Amino acid sequence: MSVRSTLLRRVIATAALSMALGSTQAFSADRELLNASYDIARELFAELNPQFIEQWQKEHGESVEIKQTHAGSSTQARAILQGLRADVVTFNQVTDVDVLAQKGELIPADWQSRLPNYSSPYYSTMAFLVRKGNPKNIHDWADLAGDDVALVFPNPKTSGNGRYTYLAAWAASNHDNGDDEAATRDYMKKMLGNVEVFDTGGRGATTTFAERGIGDVLITFESEANNIRNQYGTDDYEVVVPPVDIMAEFPVTWVDRNVERNGTEDLVRGYLEYLYSPEAQRTLAQYYYRVNDDEISDEFAERFPQTTLLRIEDAFGSWGNVMQTHFASGGELDQLQRR
Amino acid sequence: MKRIGDGAATRIGLIALAVILTTLFLVIPLAGIFYQAFAEGMAPFWQNLTSTFTREAIGLTLLIALLTVPVNLIFGIFLAWLVTRFAFPGRRILQTLIDIPFAVSPVVAGLLYLLLYGRTGWLGSLLSEQDVQLMFSWPGMVLVTVFVTCPFVARELIPLMQAQGSAEEEAGVTLGAGGWTLFRRITLPNIRWALVYGVILTNARAIGEFGAVSVVSGSIRGETINLPLQVELLYQDYNTVGAFTSAALLAALAIVTLMIKAVLEWHTHRREKTA
Repeated sequence: MSVRSTLLRRVIATAALSMALGSTQAFSADRELLNASYDIARELFAELNPQFIEQWQKEHGESVEIKQTHAGSSTQARAILQGLRADVVTFNQVTDVDVLAQKGELIPADWQSRLPNYSSPYYSTMAFLVRKGNPKNIHDWADLAGDDVALVFPNPKTSGNGRYTYLAAWAASNHDNGDDEAATRDYMKKMLGNVEVFDTGGRGATTTFAERGIGDVLITFESEANNIRNQYGTDDYEVVVPPVDIMAEFPVTWVDRNVERNGTEDLVRGYLEYLYSPEAQRTLAQYYYRVNDDEISDEFAERFPQTTLLRIEDAFGSWGNVMQTHFASGGELDQLQRR
Repeated sequence: MKRIGDGAATRIGLIALAVILTTLFLVIPLAGIFYQAFAEGMAPFWQNLTSTFTREAIGLTLLIALLTVPVNLIFGIFLAWLVTRFAFPGRRILQTLIDIPFAVSPVVAGLLYLLLYGRTGWLGSLLSEQDVQLMFSWPGMVLVTVFVTCPFVARELIPLMQAQGSAEEEAGVTLGAGGWTLFRRITLPNIRWALVYGVILTNARAIGEFGAVSVVSGSIRGETINLPLQVELLYQDYNTVGAFTSAALLAALAIVTLMIKAVLEWHTHRREKTA
């Protein structure tokens, strides 16, 4: 059935295409790989994939085509549960990969131990994008609770980006005051009170801050902050990285169930391991992601200010715990926002 | 007696209002699409138009239309024939049911198909045992487009066939015509123009459909991205020219469709006058 439908598909698609353009479908690779990724990684993988394809061709004499799909990583996780046949996922939220193990049993629960650094070939942290000259003098999380500071970051209820900001602020405050929960709650209340606009996602927050000119500080991933600065004008904005911050992992794994079906076991391993190679790490660093490769880190040292990075698991126990106590209905976030 | 709108001032005022609103809401945005597409000159426009991903999106868009139109053409004729030529219990309910795709938001339609045919869905789990995948692939996109566009042909035919009645066909039967001859020699010529009109509408909608297909597409670049999805994708990529190039292509298709429709309407009108 599968063979027949593929054939039929080829025939019809080719017919339609050639009717449309008078052209025929160009080249067809030996094997195909589908990478389901998060929203803002299009350019990144558009650069990484050809590098990998070339290397694989050289080492294995096999041509590979890598197809990309991009959406919010929760959307992607849901689509894979519903049958999207992605071979690998490259997400920006650990919880969204966990879903594949818990709800679909598509991957083993210990997926994070399959690749180095908790299966996170690159990482980032939260940074402050401030207007030129840093007029409100923002250097640390504590400064965000000041009296005359307007903040913009996406809503932690709907956005992973916003969740990291919330957790980073909480963890940094705890770190500074020696785990005084009451002081941290006071700080969080003031900080959340300073939020001018709660957009639903990262892109919306960027538009609010950069195009509508609202707020003094935009809090987002360091990689995004730098890209926004390059996009909207290096003369108008500055990126500030606070001294204590959260580690935002970008987890990758292969989807066992789909990989078995597609016969791509060796290929997905090669692809994901490639992301840890010096060549790929350099490309990642060029996109302002922090990497674990020491040489590359040194090479790009001036891009990534020194900061103490706390892991979610160390500061809060586990992601499951975080979601339960902080973001569930009636959780910490809801109570902090009650005035 | 003086009617509203008889005064010269009122008349000019109303006409001016209509012109201003049309310009504001229709002409300027339409011109804007083409302006944005060519904002950086001819070269970027051409580059975007001929890029592999755009070509694949065009191919998929045409493929969807190519499959949707015949299916709904046959389905529409069959349904209209059934509803207007036969009396059976539940006929009225059926007539109401035809409109469901109009009444339901396309996103909801997409989600429903996903729940039905997804990997864990009622029918999807059976299909996935046979290694057949409908969702997140082009057949799923065709499926939801067929659903969303299925009322167009039937909706065009039913009022016409009701108005015409079945007298001519009955006459045909008394002269010994079989079912196929009846359809080919009497019904089809009578409904010809309504049919063409229905096909045009179906086609336009199939090409422009976004909501339902976006749910079931899985947005795999170069595989399950049709033109409307491509517009959104490029726009989010900060590629404004690319997005509007695809948008201009869709707008051009829409304009051609409307022109065909206008010609047909003019044609029908003339026929009715001479008849």
